[in-house]
Amino acid sequence: MPDAVVPRLRLSGIIKAYPSVVANDGIDLDVLPGEIHAVLGENGAGKSTLMKIIYGVIKPDAGTIQWNGKPVSVANPARARKLGIGMVFQHFSLFETLTVAENIALALDPGRTGSDLPARIRQVSEKYGLPLDPDRHVHSMSVGERQRVEIVRCLLQDPQLLIMDEPTSVLTPQAVEKLFETLRRLAAEGCSILYISHKLDEIRALCHRATVLRGGQVTGECDPRHESAAALARMMIGGDLPHPRHREAKVAGDGALVVAHLTLPADDPFGTSLHDVNLAVRAGEIVGIAGVSGNGQKELMAALSGECPQGDRGAVVINGTPAGRLDAAQRRALGLAFVPEERLGRGAVPEMSLAENALLTAYRQGLVAHGFVRAEAVRDYAAATIAEYKVKAGGPGAAARSLSGGNLQKYIVGREIRQRPKVLIAAQPTWGVDVGAAAQIRQALLDLRDAGVAVLVVSEELDELFEICDRLAVIAQGRLSEPLPTAGTNAAQIGMLMSGSFIAPGAHSERQFSPAGAIDAD
Amino acid sequence: MRIRLEPRPEPSRLAGWLSPLAAAAATLVVGFLLFSALGKNPWQAFHVFFVKPVATLYGLGELLLKAGPLMLCAVGLAAGYRANVWNIGAEGQLTMGAIFGGGVALAFHDSTSPLVLPAMIVAGALGGMAWAAVPAFLRTRFNANEILVSLMLVYVATYTLSLLVHGPWRDPEGFNFPQSKLFNDVALLPNLLPETRLNRGFLLALAAIAAGWVFMSKSLVGYQMRVAGLAPAAANYAGISATRTVWFGMLAGGACAGLAGVNEIAGPLGQLQPSVSPGYGFAAIIVAFVGRLHPLGILFASLLMSLLYLGGESAQMGLALPSAVTGLFQGALLFFLLASDVFINYRLRVLRSPRSPSASGRSPLPRAGR
Amino acid sequence: MDHIAELLVLTLAAGTPLVFAALGELVTEKSGVLNLGVEGMMLVGAVAAFAVAATTRNPWLGVAAGMLAGAALSLVFAVITLSLMANQVASGLALSLFGVGLSAFVGLPYVSIVIDGLKPLSISGLSDLPLVGKLLFGHNPLVYLSFLLFVAIQWFLYRTRPGLVVRAVGESPQSAHAIGYPVVRIRYLAVLFGGACSGLGGAYLAVAYTPLWVEGMTAGRGWIALALVVFATWKPWRVLAGAYLFGGVTLAQFQAQALGVEMPSQVLSMLPYLATIVVLALISRDAITIRLNAPASLGKPFHPGS
Repeated sequence: MPDAVVPRLRLSGIIKAYPSVVANDGIDLDVLPGEIHAVLGENGAGKSTLMKIIYGVIKPDAGTIQWNGKPVSVANPARARKLGIGMVFQHFSLFETLTVAENIALALDPGRTGSDLPARIRQVSEKYGLPLDPDRHVHSMSVGERQRVEIVRCLLQDPQLLIMDEPTSVLTPQAVEKLFETLRRLAAEGCSILYISHKLDEIRALCHRATVLRGGQVTGECDPRHESAAALARMMIGGDLPHPRHREAKVAGDGALVVAHLTLPADDPFGTSLHDVNLAVRAGEIVGIAGVSGNGQKELMAALSGECPQGDRGAVVINGTPAGRLDAAQRRALGLAFVPEERLGRGAVPEMSLAENALLTAYRQGLVAHGFVRAEAVRDYAAATIAEYKVKAGGPGAAARSLSGGNLQKYIVGREIRQRPKVLIAAQPTWGVDVGAAAQIRQALLDLRDAGVAVLVVSEELDELFEICDRLAVIAQGRLSEPLPTAGTNAAQIGMLMSGSFIAPGAHSERQFSPAGAIDAD
Repeated sequence: MRIRLEPRPEPSRLAGWLSPLAAAAATLVVGFLLFSALGKNPWQAFHVFFVKPVATLYGLGELLLKAGPLMLCAVGLAAGYRANVWNIGAEGQLTMGAIFGGGVALAFHDSTSPLVLPAMIVAGALGGMAWAAVPAFLRTRFNANEILVSLMLVYVATYTLSLLVHGPWRDPEGFNFPQSKLFNDVALLPNLLPETRLNRGFLLALAAIAAGWVFMSKSLVGYQMRVAGLAPAAANYAGISATRTVWFGMLAGGACAGLAGVNEIAGPLGQLQPSVSPGYGFAAIIVAFVGRLHPLGILFASLLMSLLYLGGESAQMGLALPSAVTGLFQGALLFFLLASDVFINYRLRVLRSPRSPSASGRSPLPRAGR
Repeated sequence: MDHIAELLVLTLAAGTPLVFAALGELVTEKSGVLNLGVEGMMLVGAVAAFAVAATTRNPWLGVAAGMLAGAALSLVFAVITLSLMANQVASGLALSLFGVGLSAFVGLPYVSIVIDGLKPLSISGLSDLPLVGKLLFGHNPLVYLSFLLFVAIQWFLYRTRPGLVVRAVGESPQSAHAIGYPVVRIRYLAVLFGGACSGLGGAYLAVAYTPLWVEGMTAGRGWIALALVVFATWKPWRVLAGAYLFGGVTLAQFQAQALGVEMPSQVLSMLPYLATIVVLALISRDAITIRLNAPASLGKPFHPGS
């Protein structure tokens, strides 16, 4: 690209520091008009902070921003929108009980919302291949559809720069392709795109240029189409991507965890009902469940872990004992362990120390006597877990919330595994976790399976599932597909299953309540 | 120069200890200003309010006498508050405890058995528990907010007591005053400190404090209730029954408040009257908070609150100030506590200039990449 | 027939303090803030209104003072919970206790004072029409104000953009913040509005309904108003319906005696509180409706940094 082209966006020396960490440490970034520019980095590298600075949600401590060659100060998101910057958040900023039109209206300047807004929504959304009905309530929409609302909301403001923060974690492989088409079209029309991701293959397929962040600093800049995944990974994590050590699966028995005809209506009106889920996880194997978020994973996990014990006694069988009505503590007594999706607030109590958090699920490991807590035993258990799993923390007395995501996840995984379960269920085990810890956790799961434990992993990262699972199933609209041996399938086939191709026509899912129902706009 | 509130990476334990003291100090300052504003000599008012009431042995006895029911109620309430079970109806549960205990006393009015008093105490605890069972049941079965239900029941309990002492339980030889017969000696708590009104009920309060401390800091159930209060999803994950937590929290508060009620009628009152408590059940809420929901803290906070009660009475006589000033101080104390509690999780930062990098002049911070 | 009209007028009058307090709290809760201090704010409003009305001999000035007093007390709550991030439940309780104590203290000199309060309208000619006369033209001026308030709130919340923003903030303050709305400022305004309305409800009691001041004269109406908002599933017209229902129950005490029903007065006095409990239990058990209509962020503190 000739140097005479004025960059659409130029960041110089951006610094943002928090009490315990410097999130952005002198970052320079150029985005040219019509360019799809990736910001690549693992979790915790500072990508989200940088995007929030560009969008005016956060103010930098130092550094300048130039927009189309002129210095600007982005004081708040409204100002960013006026400049022509749009942002599609990773965790959507939508209002569930409001309609699509109301959601979009809230993000537009009052001057641009007229009675013609619904028509404009229809027009723009069709034009870019993301059709939307303006009068639908957001809560009745799937996650992929909600992302469309976020995108159309930005498009209605004629953006010159579109920031997309990890957009593909909620999409099937086919939907990802569709999104890429839309983005390429926007870029061809002159809109610049900042694409934040840690997925190397996607970046190599889509982006013109990439800036790599590590530890809050820029560690590399390149054209990802001409770099190998390994080279990008090296820039991203400063080393090579770790590969887990595999052994052949030694499966035993019919099923340490058996799910039979599990049907559960969702008790949350915004949730997903489960329909006739069947699955057997045998000792010595890892079974994975793939799926786009919002298709019943949360409900399935709660039903298996005992947090939501309803339904048939025999719907969930642990080591031969019908456990459908048992609560989480009783299922633990049968040999079940569970690593939940949310670390803080569910897997651990944020304000409590690591030692106190050990007591949360490991109390049967000699930590309690006659109803009283044995403080020394608790500390020892926590210390041993910290040591064995190389958790970087200030000791057993450190508060759970003072740990990084990766370290806390290692601690929780360690706490569960050290209880010597017969069945381990892990939901999104490496979400938001740095690469080193993620590798460690995956290895721990493999080692567990080699030791003869039945492991069930639910994840939205297909790569991870292909890496560690022996068999793979897909959950879509509350239904589970037949598990397939991992070696005999590929991402494309799984992607087809994720969009519900295995569900018999006519057996469509109903949301727990109908959109015409209990909410009145009143 | 800008002042900003910024979250601390870890909660400050020092602030946790200092906060109640800061709140107490702030309340005293307010008192000082209030007395001045009312045209009284503030130092003299201070003396009358805070020092004179406890200057004699009798005064000390009164201090402990009033602290007892506060301690009892607050310990029970704190057990629930830690678990996010908001029992606001201690006053009503106290009243019910008095009714049940008083009922036993009146039923055995002619008896001289030493079992009467223990029976009254048990009945009082049961009465308080029964009254607390209603909001517990409605919350666990109907998801009804226990704050509102327990509070509504305070009014119902008060009217019930009024009905009883105006009607079926009125002393026929009482000159038509709405009060029950005076309890005979076996139904009264024996004296603990001669020359004062302090009775053995105070020992019950101390026992509750001790039991509360053991329970909260050492028992598994106490730990589990703390988890339920801090992170309900984690409690569910751990298999801690939310239903059991609510029942336990409410019943603990009800039992303790019921005991406090019996203490009042078997102690200083010696009978049932239309009002058996000067708002102990509500003051105990404040005591629980100021005491940081911790039995030892509650012990000290009860003494402070008791002093405020005595001060109010003393001010009424010695300063011609209305006794309503007590309620004012109590509310102010709670407010200041909530305000100073902020500093446990946040700290003040004074920024020297609006945009200078805050990393300048400070020790190097760890880089990102945890 | 006239007796029925009379009864309806009395019912509306009895329900009006609840209308003011509950509608105000509804707006506050729509923005996601749970303010349990309604009882305290009502009492403070009552005592302020009465004191000013007695001193200036102008009941309308008293009403204005009541609104200001309620708003001022709610400001303290707002600072503690919105700026200092304290627990909303504990702070609301503190507000109630403080308001009760403060109003008792301030109101002492006014206990046996009599004032010329606001009387129900009496327009010659119109008010004397049979049946319709009293029903349409015989209310207290503040009762008419409460009708206006209902209409205004209904229109504001569901037909204006600022109202949409308030609802959005209550639904998801994080999303509203990400889009760039000043969540804290909006909540401040909602809390102040609720405080002013609660103060207005108290002022109505002390200056119009029973023109006198007695310590604790709201007798728990603030708490009933809180229950009403839940009972109404956060819909303004249901607040109105519920408030008048409770007004009717409150009247039962007097009507029962008139009808010759033999019941101890204490039992009749208990009725509003027992009714509140029953109503609360019945409506709360429908978890789905609650989930759909309750502002999703109600009672949860909002941290802009997260």
